[in-house]
Amino acid sequence: MTGRDDRGAGLAASVRLERRAFTLDVALDAEPGEVVAVLGPNGSGKSTLLGVLAGLLLPDAGQVRVGETVVTDVGAGISVPPHRRGVGLLAQQPLLFPHLTALANVAFGPRAAGVGKREAHERARELIADVLPGLDADEMSRRRPSQMSGGQQQRVALARALAPRPGLLLLDEPLAALDVDATPAMRSLLRRVIRDAKQTALLVTHSALDALVLADRIAVLGGGRIVEQGATREVLTKPRTPFTARIAGLDLVPGTACAEGLRTRDGTVVAGRFDDPLPEGESAVAVFPPSAVAVFRDRPSGSPRNVLQVRLAAIEPQGDTVRLRAAPLAGGHAWVDGLAADVTLAAAAELAVEPGAELWFAVKATEVAVHPAAL
Amino acid sequence: MTLTDDASQAPTAERRQDRRHERDVALPRWMWVPAVVGFLVIALPVLGLLVEADWRRMPELLTSDAALAALRLSLETAAASTVLCILLGGPLAAVLARGRLPGLRALRSVVLLPLVLPPVVGGLALLYLVGARGLVGEGLRLAFGVTVPFTTVAVVIAQTFVAMPFLVVSLEGALRTAGERYEAVAATLGASPALTFRRVTVPLVLPGLMSGTVLAFARCLGEFGATITFAGNLQGTTQTLPLLVYLQRETDDAGAVALSLLLVVVAILVIVVARPRNTEGLR
Repeated sequence: MTGRDDRGAGLAASVRLERRAFTLDVALDAEPGEVVAVLGPNGSGKSTLLGVLAGLLLPDAGQVRVGETVVTDVGAGISVPPHRRGVGLLAQQPLLFPHLTALANVAFGPRAAGVGKREAHERARELIADVLPGLDADEMSRRRPSQMSGGQQQRVALARALAPRPGLLLLDEPLAALDVDATPAMRSLLRRVIRDAKQTALLVTHSALDALVLADRIAVLGGGRIVEQGATREVLTKPRTPFTARIAGLDLVPGTACAEGLRTRDGTVVAGRFDDPLPEGESAVAVFPPSAVAVFRDRPSGSPRNVLQVRLAAIEPQGDTVRLRAAPLAGGHAWVDGLAADVTLAAAAELAVEPGAELWFAVKATEVAVHPAAL
Repeated sequence: MTLTDDASQAPTAERRQDRRHERDVALPRWMWVPAVVGFLVIALPVLGLLVEADWRRMPELLTSDAALAALRLSLETAAASTVLCILLGGPLAAVLARGRLPGLRALRSVVLLPLVLPPVVGGLALLYLVGARGLVGEGLRLAFGVTVPFTTVAVVIAQTFVAMPFLVVSLEGALRTAGERYEAVAATLGASPALTFRRVTVPLVLPGLMSGTVLAFARCLGEFGATITFAGNLQGTTQTLPLLVYLQRETDDAGAVALSLLLVVVAILVIVVARPRNTEGLR
């Protein structure tokens, strides 16, 4: 049993798997006790990667090491079956065994590992009490999955995944299927029992918030490869791909570095600031938050600003603010497509615009950060 | 069957309660006419049997030596065949649903053959395979001095042949509905395939297994064509209830009707036992 008593077993994986539609080719490490978020658009290979690490999919080449144990080595013909890897999985759906009580579900892993019934049940009861604070643990232990809410089921599923003390825990969008009301509490529970408890984990998610709260590091997957990785805050504040920018809720314009900031492919110069100087002509991205974008019906005058004429594509309410999405004008700059501007409800009402209207987006140069691009 | 009670019973009751307020939006009114006719086609003949029955002679007809021997043989052989169906058909269904071999699809159509084949043809096929001069039969006779046809063993083989697809189809459906996600979870929790099968797969498909078993048992009980072709019609050895009914019809109508009613009662019992799970399927 790999790293059974050591919550942080660490991971070193370098795998390649060819499918009809795409190839997964990824090298990914996690330090013991580290939580790595894997972000990526649909079809980028996230699930395939988790399948390979769990041992449910056989890669065409590569190695996976969990703790000190090599669990996959295609060259050496090593392929430890899923049940002997010490790699746990929490999926989007709780997938609690419907015929077992909560207690029996959580005790399932320890029982499979040969732990005696009494001890396994004891451990399961403690875990259930831990993941369902404020509820009668004994009463909840006796319930069947169908007698629990979706949020409670997912909490019990988390307890079940932790019960065998896996060296590595795979979290496959664990919050995606929950009610909006249940998500924040589940997120803080994950933070407590995964991050604070130093449980090595890989978290697949679509949410920047999940990554910020839970992950030490982010790896962005695109087309089966890791296109960007680094410390969570670093990646989310300085995204290098349009996907990461969207996840992080930032506007991103690709181009090449120039003296004033960034030059887009059609030659427009976006004025910006450099955190680190970049050689002229190097591929780069200009990034700014939608809240830094001012919106006008008529061309604003004066001040050293980036001013873009756009067509309003969509109006998306977001709590107290309204997000205005841009689309290019006919014959205008194609790269403005999808840029967002956040304005207050009052400002939006004052603008009194409908999708299709022509608007001006203005951003101060000091708000625009220019980073090296990932690709 | 307490397994899925918690999961399915309560919502079903609620649904029934709510139905009072619902309006038909998916049922054209004209459909009631053919539906009623269809129901009568099934129900009227059974009713006819009840009308035709000679109730005063019933006890005497049902307790004749031949009748008791046939009933006993029917129950024994059907039970034996059903056990065989589970032991062989269960793993077969698992392989068809979970196996990763190419060509399994073709194999599945072979398994379904007895469902569509006239049972007489099945009986003939068995006879030519295991008969005295058959492919396997001759070997058995020469090697062990055993002849299978026209023995009780032949009855069991014939029933297993025709009934196994019912169990396989039912169980395979349940296995596919359950999917492999629960098994994958069990594996990541450290359960070996054998343990997963025992503690996860079997409990999950138990409703499907039960309904498949009942269907197979019912099919065994009613088996006629393959049995009479392959096993003959010898009282106490191969004469099951359906065979006796057919034989009696030529000499004693009242006896045939009485035995038929007996089979109807057994069939109704089987349906009552199987129905709730069978129609609700796996949850």
